[in-house]
Amino acid sequence: MNDISQLQDQLRLVPLEHYVFLCILLFCIGLTGVLLRRNMINVFLSIELMLNSINLLAVAFSVYYNDPNAQAFVFFIMVVAAAEVAVGLAMLVMIYRNVQTVDINALNNLKW
Amino acid sequence: MTAILFYILSAICIISSILMIFHKNAMYSVLFLLICFFSVAGLYVMLNAQFLAIVHIIVYAGAIMVLFLYVIMFLNMSTPITIRKSKLVMGIAVFTGSSLCFVLVTALWATNFGQNPAIVNQDIGLASTLGKVLFNEFLIPFEVSSVLFLSSMVGIVIFNKKEQKDE
Repeated sequence: MNDISQLQDQLRLVPLEHYVFLCILLFCIGLTGVLLRRNMINVFLSIELMLNSINLLAVAFSVYYNDPNAQAFVFFIMVVAAAEVAVGLAMLVMIYRNVQTVDINALNNLKW
Repeated sequence: MTAILFYILSAICIISSILMIFHKNAMYSVLFLLICFFSVAGLYVMLNAQFLAIVHIIVYAGAIMVLFLYVIMFLNMSTPITIRKSKLVMGIAVFTGSSLCFVLVTALWATNFGQNPAIVNQDIGLASTLGKVLFNEFLIPFEVSSVLFLSSMVGIVIFNKKEQKDE
């Protein structure tokens, strides 16, 4: 009973807008990181940050609107993120073995 | 009290992610992102989504970040990167991010998301509820995700096998 009243207090104190703005800020920081960095590992890290902001937004909406389906979606997003990172890092190691760099500006063979 | 905790956690999250972007050393970037992930897990706990908080820590902090750290150590990133991005491109990147942030915030500023719920279903984020949802409504996507994992595993093995043959 105490826990339920605590959760309701917390939900009343923090409006949903603040979660939305936090997630927007995190997403834009991740986007800036993708555009800013030339190290491929940093680009991957920024993509992870963007995925996390989307996850947080989905969880906040699912709790405020009382719907567990969104949390199942977050679970699937985590699954896809794990697979994406594994494949991406394998590609990164292969690229590093071939051209001895992880700079995305040096990897312009497919540019034209 | 919990509201203050929310603002502290979100401040830690934002500051560590900004430091993650602007730090030169990739190793420190990974560690800053780890701090950010732990504060996001704290936010999940505050939203009463315990199952996702634990999965988040296990998958992101336990698996993905360790993978990143191993790759950075494996590649020995001390080799200098010669080609530099120009200041103009960096400025455009920061401008793009901040303008997207501005657009989204101004678009959502006046939006009414509805009143906060009066009655909260407390066990919405528990493992039992999510397990029922996951194995009833989302059973086929769950199985397909296992196939996705298998295919990504096979892809990784093929990537590195071909490399060895070429040498």
